Amino acid sequence: MIDILFYVFAAITLTSALLMVVSPNAVNSAMCMIVAFVGTAALFVLLEAYFLAVLQVLVYAGAVMVLFLFIIMLLDVDKETNQILKDKLTLSASIAGFALLVVLICSAFAGGQHLPETSLMPVMENPTGEGIGIPFTTSAKSFGYSLFTKYMLPFQVTGFLLLAGMIGVIVVSKKHSANS
Amino acid sequence: MEFLDASLPYIMPIVYAVLMISVFMGLCSYSVLAERKVSSWIQGRVGPNRTRVPLVGHIPILGNVMTGLGLFQPVADGLKFLFKEEIVPGHVNKGYYYLAPIIALAPALTTMVVLPFGRYVDADGITQPLVLANVDLGMLIILGISSLGVYGIVLAGWSSNSKYPFLGGVRASAQMISYELAMGLALLPVFMWAASPGYYDSEGLFVEGSRYGMSLFGVVQSQQAAWTILWQPLSALLFLVALFAETNRLPFDMAESETDLVGGFHTEYGCFKFGLFFVAEYAHIIMGSGIFVLLFLGGWNFLPWVADPWGDGIFGSVLSVAWFMAKVFFMIFFFIWMRWTLPRFRYDQVMSLGWKILLPLAVGNLVLNTIIIALYDTLTR
Repeated sequence: MIDILFYVFAAITLTSALLMVVSPNAVNSAMCMIVAFVGTAALFVLLEAYFLAVLQVLVYAGAVMVLFLFIIMLLDVDKETNQILKDKLTLSASIAGFALLVVLICSAFAGGQHLPETSLMPVMENPTGEGIGIPFTTSAKSFGYSLFTKYMLPFQVTGFLLLAGMIGVIVVSKKHSANS
Repeated sequence: MEFLDASLPYIMPIVYAVLMISVFMGLCSYSVLAERKVSSWIQGRVGPNRTRVPLVGHIPILGNVMTGLGLFQPVADGLKFLFKEEIVPGHVNKGYYYLAPIIALAPALTTMVVLPFGRYVDADGITQPLVLANVDLGMLIILGISSLGVYGIVLAGWSSNSKYPFLGGVRASAQMISYELAMGLALLPVFMWAASPGYYDSEGLFVEGSRYGMSLFGVVQSQQAAWTILWQPLSALLFLVALFAETNRLPFDMAESETDLVGGFHTEYGCFKFGLFFVAEYAHIIMGSGIFVLLFLGGWNFLPWVADPWGDGIFGSVLSVAWFMAKVFFMIFFFIWMRWTLPRFRYDQVMSLGWKILLPLAVGNLVLNTIIIALYDTLTR
């Protein structure tokens, strides 16, 4: 049952991802990207990573893509991008992408059959040093504990990067409006 | 018989789901009637009072009362949407034009999977929620799936390929992004208070504090002493305002806004496709009411300081469901009441309210509650 579901969702995700890249219409691409995100979320569910699945839908499919669609509609980008594979950048990017894909497939079929055995292990040692570690669960809680203890530094750095990006956007857009 | 036993675990969820969808759709159609009746009452009119079904409508006194209340009106409305001539304007983008109403309705119907609507006591004496899927991420799932609903509106506006629907669609997407943030941030204090931290027992074993995580059932169970709205009024207000904006109800119905956008995103839609948008709006209202009742109005708990007087048996479960539904009906009435009381905001007012007032308030509320919880935990350790 799970195998069948995996193939179905994997097919949906891959097909829509492919359509997203080749579609000449920007809105079509955005819609395909949403489907790909939802398909990825379904794959997360099959892996029992429910929290990741929900975040995938909530953040990417729900919020980021609404923004994408908003920009596409507002700027009407359709009319400018009718030259697929014509400029060199697109061509080189697609060649690199396909090369990566070939490497991925080769490694998956040649040497990648020794995937590590999945097993339940404690997410981390207990932060206070007493008692036993928190047992591994798929609940949001274990994500929270490891995020705010073991991976605290990456978490903070990511937050700082996002802040920098946000300030950058504000600076750039402010400059524009002051000149015009 | 063996086959039946084997397939029963697969069939029963489907039966429950179908049951729930039928009840939910029935509620949707009667909320439309409620909207018409309440609006007529507020405006000093009579409202729908003449639709009569043969036989049932002609039962001596009862039939007249039911006709006067407009109880048969939803049937007439539905049939009208079904049997009208289906006109598809020539300038629309066909695929997305057909897809949009479905995308608008499907998320609203999907989210009810994790909406608990009552409780029962199982054989071991443990209180369990009446819900299709009791998951610990209930609230996140509702937020995630319902955020997909906006695509229906955006696509409808875009695929209609004319100016007013397009403006409606663009407005809807901007509004949805603006208020989703405030909504999520307003919810967090509720869950932070509902979840108690874990502790170590005398043998040094970790006892998980909140068994519930982000589940809605846990929030309701934590409100047995006092409803959240009584001691988190700011969170409740912020959430309610964001809820009105997310369900596209007046005073926030920027996507529809018939005074300046004709009909907004559904200007080019007719008959049953318009009906689907219409039902989707009410489905969102019912879901929103349900969530607000669960989070802030104590769910099926009786009164703020009287937790759960319902018995343990089936009768008690029925009573808990009935009390929950009564609260939901009140919230639906509240939605309608607001619509016919408040004037619509201007679009720039909606944006500045979302970004300059709601969002800072929600962030401040979150920080304040975090500090209070930290102080409380430190002092009572």
